[in-house]
Amino acid sequence: MSAFPNSADLLHVLPELIWCVFGALLMLLQPLTQSRRFLTIVAVMGAILGVCGNFYSVHNTGTAFSGLIAADRFSIFFSHLIGLIAIMVILGANSYLERERLADAEFYALVLFATAGMGVLASAQELLTAFIGLEMSSISSYILAGYRRDVLKSGESSMKYFLLGSFATAFFLYGIALVYGATGTTNLLRMDITAGAESTSILLKLGLALILIGLGFKVAAAPFQIWTPDVYEGAPTPVTALFSAGPKAATFALLLRIFADVHAATQFWFYAFWILAALTMFAGNLGALLQTNVKRMLAYSSIAHAGYILVAFAAVTKLSADTNIGAGPAYAAVAFYLLSYALVKVGAFTIVSQFGGAGEKHLSLDDYAGLGERQPFVAAALSLFLLSLLGLPITAGFFGKFYVFKAAVDAHLIWLAVLLAANSIIGAYYYIRLIVIMYMRDPIPEVAATTPIRFPVVVNVVLAIAVIGTLWLGILPNYALNYLLKPGLINDSQSQITQMK
Amino acid sequence: MTPQLAIFFVLAALAVIGALNLILQKHPIHSALSLIVVMIALAGLYLLMGAEFVAAVQIIVYGGAIMVLFVFVIMLLNAGVEEKTNISKLAGIAGVPLAVALLGFIAAAIARSNDAAQAGVESGTLASTKEISTMLFKDFVYPFELTSFLILVAILGAIVLAQREN
Repeated sequence: MSAFPNSADLLHVLPELIWCVFGALLMLLQPLTQSRRFLTIVAVMGAILGVCGNFYSVHNTGTAFSGLIAADRFSIFFSHLIGLIAIMVILGANSYLERERLADAEFYALVLFATAGMGVLASAQELLTAFIGLEMSSISSYILAGYRRDVLKSGESSMKYFLLGSFATAFFLYGIALVYGATGTTNLLRMDITAGAESTSILLKLGLALILIGLGFKVAAAPFQIWTPDVYEGAPTPVTALFSAGPKAATFALLLRIFADVHAATQFWFYAFWILAALTMFAGNLGALLQTNVKRMLAYSSIAHAGYILVAFAAVTKLSADTNIGAGPAYAAVAFYLLSYALVKVGAFTIVSQFGGAGEKHLSLDDYAGLGERQPFVAAALSLFLLSLLGLPITAGFFGKFYVFKAAVDAHLIWLAVLLAANSIIGAYYYIRLIVIMYMRDPIPEVAATTPIRFPVVVNVVLAIAVIGTLWLGILPNYALNYLLKPGLINDSQSQITQMK
Repeated sequence: MTPQLAIFFVLAALAVIGALNLILQKHPIHSALSLIVVMIALAGLYLLMGAEFVAAVQIIVYGGAIMVLFVFVIMLLNAGVEEKTNISKLAGIAGVPLAVALLGFIAAAIARSNDAAQAGVESGTLASTKEISTMLFKDFVYPFELTSFLILVAILGAIVLAQREN
């Protein structure tokens, strides 16, 4: 154990450091300049440099800070994903902030701090570090949700998210305390060893259950999902884009790592995940059927997608005991799903934020009538995103859902696979309904007066990234999949584990 | 009786009296002030056990920050003398036996605890400042430093949400 963090330690966490430093830098630059463009460029540069900061970890996988942080291929993947989300959100928010007359430096700083927090969360191999990461991302999110201070709904969104999020944090923290009590360590890799015969103790199970509740809230899994539609609806739409993709990816990454490392956990969590997955899928899809507001509909859809991902988790619990197949493909399914989902969700919310108009007035489904004729490219992009959410072939969503489905079948979770298919059919109704409205109905006169809305170039860049990414993953998923399927995604060198012992 | 034991009894008595006063006072401010006495007495007990750091944190965090918060909330709510309702009377009736039962449980647990645990407490090896600083600045230096960014986010949030419209 080194006396002080050496350069290798710092290089392993370079992305998070860069995001934090640029966040602070933006706060310092804010009084010096009036130029929105300049601040946006600095923010995007920060996000991009953060992603580039992974270069060291890519070539030198391992652990940093005596095992607090894992710099394995798994965390590198999520670091890229989270950085990509940050880049897209910042670019997409630029014109939104100008339109709504909101301060931008603080907004970008908070997005970058949240991104750093998610990065920590996705790479943490120790629960206290994960906790700090979770809090960094959560507290930034609470503030961002209430960023439109003069709008009541934004305040409501922030307050609800803050209160319920604090409860969830308390659950998570209490869970950590109990797990520490049961195993004497907060390091995930050491837990199995120190737990030993105690691995089935009530204390450990109780602790893990509380951790699951805390994280279940953050990913909006039913029955902890009630807050989602209100929070997503009230928050500024670029922030909603961030919420729906970033924290979800990072939190699922942490959950997956807990599985990979703490084998005592896997058996115990099977039924919990089965029930969570089934409930979440139905809660999301049935809720979305009734919505007339696009943001709320997409919020319910994101609950449903959390449910689909949880199906893969249930499969992980089964497969990790199965030496023939192993949990590797199920891990890959989760990571791939999160990538495809994030691209689509950020893209869709970016369109919603542009199309909403000043004060976000045009959010109802009927406002989208006639969009296909008036703005064919935007309508085509949105349709592609919706079809990907639905899981149609040649979109990323198809392979995402396919691999989750396959993992469920491999794990002999036939009923869960059936529920997944049934829910996809329910989902088809509300995704296709919006497409039908866009192409088959005449626009409302009030909306027709304001359209076509000219999309700024940066927003078109965001949409291009999302569209190309969705098609690329939908037609050639192998590049991403090969990376994820190569053995040793999590804890790549077994020597590390033995070293820990 | 060793001087240490004498100090222990003085501090323990102070803590218990403060706690009783906290419950029995009618005015919230008086209760809050007697809570400070409890906090400081506890800090003294920690010091007696050789946990200097915990004692200092006890005074700074509980005696200082948390108490200020308490008093601030009482002031904000402009709370007067408390009123007795039926439920609060019921709490008194149910609470006393429960408190006695809890005391009994804890006393029994301490009486049955083994000598090793007691030895650990007496020799002052528990949570020494040196150990805590080694943990904070060596093993957990990364989350520790990240906490400063966490606080920065909170400050930024307070400014963003509370600043005047420009």
